[in-house]
Amino acid sequence: MAGGPRRQYNNPIIRWIEYRLPIVSTMEATLGRDMPTPRNLNYWWSMGMILTVALAIQILTGIFLAMHYVPTAEGAFDSVERIMRDVNNGWMIRYMHANGASLFFAAVYIHIMRGLYYGSYKAPRELLWILGVLLLFIMMATAFIGYVLPWGQMSFWGATVITNLFSAIPLIGETLTTWIWGGFAVDNPTLNRFFSLHYLLPFVIAGITVLHIWALHVHGPSNPIGISPKGKHDTLPYHPYYTTKYLTVFGITLIIFAFFVFYEPLYLNHPDSFKPADPLSTPSHIVPEWYFLPFYAILRAIPDKLGGVVMFIASVAILFLVPFLDTSKVRSSRFRPIYKQFYWIFIADVILLGWCGSQPAGGIALLLARIGTVYYFAHFLLVMPLVGWFEKPRPIPDGISKPVIPKERGDIPTRSSPEAAE
Amino acid sequence: MNNSSLLKIIISLAVLTLCNYAYAAGDAPVPPKKEWSFNGMFGTFERDKLQRGFKVYQEVCASCHSLKYINFRNLTEIGFTPEEAKFIASQAIVPGGIDDDGEPFERPGRLSDPLPRPFPNDNAARAANGGALPPDLSLITKNRNYGPNYLFALLTGYVDPPSGFELSPGMSYNKWFAGHQIAMSAPLSEDIVEYPDGTKASIDQMAEDITHFLHWAANPELEERHSLGFQVLIFLVLLTILFWFVKRAVWRKIDH
Repeated sequence: MAGGPRRQYNNPIIRWIEYRLPIVSTMEATLGRDMPTPRNLNYWWSMGMILTVALAIQILTGIFLAMHYVPTAEGAFDSVERIMRDVNNGWMIRYMHANGASLFFAAVYIHIMRGLYYGSYKAPRELLWILGVLLLFIMMATAFIGYVLPWGQMSFWGATVITNLFSAIPLIGETLTTWIWGGFAVDNPTLNRFFSLHYLLPFVIAGITVLHIWALHVHGPSNPIGISPKGKHDTLPYHPYYTTKYLTVFGITLIIFAFFVFYEPLYLNHPDSFKPADPLSTPSHIVPEWYFLPFYAILRAIPDKLGGVVMFIASVAILFLVPFLDTSKVRSSRFRPIYKQFYWIFIADVILLGWCGSQPAGGIALLLARIGTVYYFAHFLLVMPLVGWFEKPRPIPDGISKPVIPKERGDIPTRSSPEAAE
Repeated sequence: MNNSSLLKIIISLAVLTLCNYAYAAGDAPVPPKKEWSFNGMFGTFERDKLQRGFKVYQEVCASCHSLKYINFRNLTEIGFTPEEAKFIASQAIVPGGIDDDGEPFERPGRLSDPLPRPFPNDNAARAANGGALPPDLSLITKNRNYGPNYLFALLTGYVDPPSGFELSPGMSYNKWFAGHQIAMSAPLSEDIVEYPDGTKASIDQMAEDITHFLHWAANPELEERHSLGFQVLIFLVLLTILFWFVKRAVWRKIDH
């Protein structure tokens, strides 16, 4: 990162700092200055920026919530109500934080879908992708733990269901679960440590995000046609071109976000989360937040507890292997007529799983969840390697600046420049 | 916008809708939708309904149900003057802590006091109610599916059980309660309260007023949220249009 001749800075203060601690040049090298960016990026590439914003929203609102939150089984629920009623603008901070989690996951899922469609995980960006999956894992842990903190019924029972999964591990399961709980059930010690971890993990996310962006800037972002830029004529400086392009997405995202915060703050909320935790009364139907539903469906689809837990974890962990499972030499699905169909079937499958996860386990939902689970894994373990092997890709254009693609029936129109993508 | 973008947006919306339906699903019947003044982007509470609803709470509900997150000072938010709120508070007898001799004592309520609870603890509440715990009402429209619509339907849904329905002793039949057996007997009856503004205290009227009041108790920030949200949205829309023009200006120079 720090190789090559250092830039000379005009600003005397920066020069003074650089001479003693080359932090500015290091940051420019890792986080990018005038980063040459493929000139054909479409709007789906804006999610990285949205995710950074979402992380910032969560950390900032979270810090203020933590100033008023009481992490005890006795005081948690009341303190959250106090935030909602008596803290100045506390309702806004809390609704931003609660809906911010949904924004975060919506953006991360679009980000991942984009990566899967355009083959962003392929060489030389495997590590970039793997860091991303790691971020997803930590995000999920953080969101789950955060959901426990208000200590409502869904918090408590969600925590009970999920922490109980550890007990399925052979030999050490029971001991491990007791250790995680800090007792023999989800209780005050559990809440205390969850609060501590919920404050810690976002900063771990922030740290890994720096690595993620650093890895991104080594080879630059992939692009919709998946051909690496061959020179200056294929790229544009990130600023001002993509900063301005993605500011529009940023604005639209904030509009949607504000709509939810101010007008439908409880749209994605379960009413039971407004009942105080009661260990003696189990909600009739325990459901996680929407962003966990597909994985929850996979967990319940397996009749065996340990098997369910293994598949639950595997359903996310399998993303780590995607760069190695996809055998196609072509990055972008635009040139992969067969894989593109499978891609959308896969998306439909995940949505189907999400629906199954929201239903009480049993009947048609359980059957569909089982079929969906099998297909979910088959997509990664069979479709990805085999289609990549057998598929005959469409002709690839010579370069970004003059892509010569035959116009197809219109599912993915040809774009000759970023403007055409709108 | 190309077809795949559209498809993705449709999919996202489908997911949102699905989740909502999923959460709303339950074994209880779906109560009818009712028009409320607090619905919609410009929704506000009606002060006269809030105050009548408070009267219903005080004279009917408060004998069993607490409203623990509401303080007397909050009554000024529903249109009472500070003097009126002070007077209402002073009518209540609340625990005053420990006096100089180490004895607990009681005193008239102040603005800073929460509304008094009908029972000292949950066990006392259960003991007085045949084993059933009357829930705190502060969040009742937030922690029940269909919120205000459900509450209104429940309060007006006491009917005779259909023939063949076996009602356990001490229970009442309610059209809208999950399982139809509810421990709370019909709380409202014609003219059980006397409204100072002369409004006829029909069951529907009282149910509407108390639901209005309790929705305020659950969402005291609602009016501020709606009006601030509108300003925020206007600002963001203008900002986004500005962003769009900046983008166009910057990209115009690019050959494509």
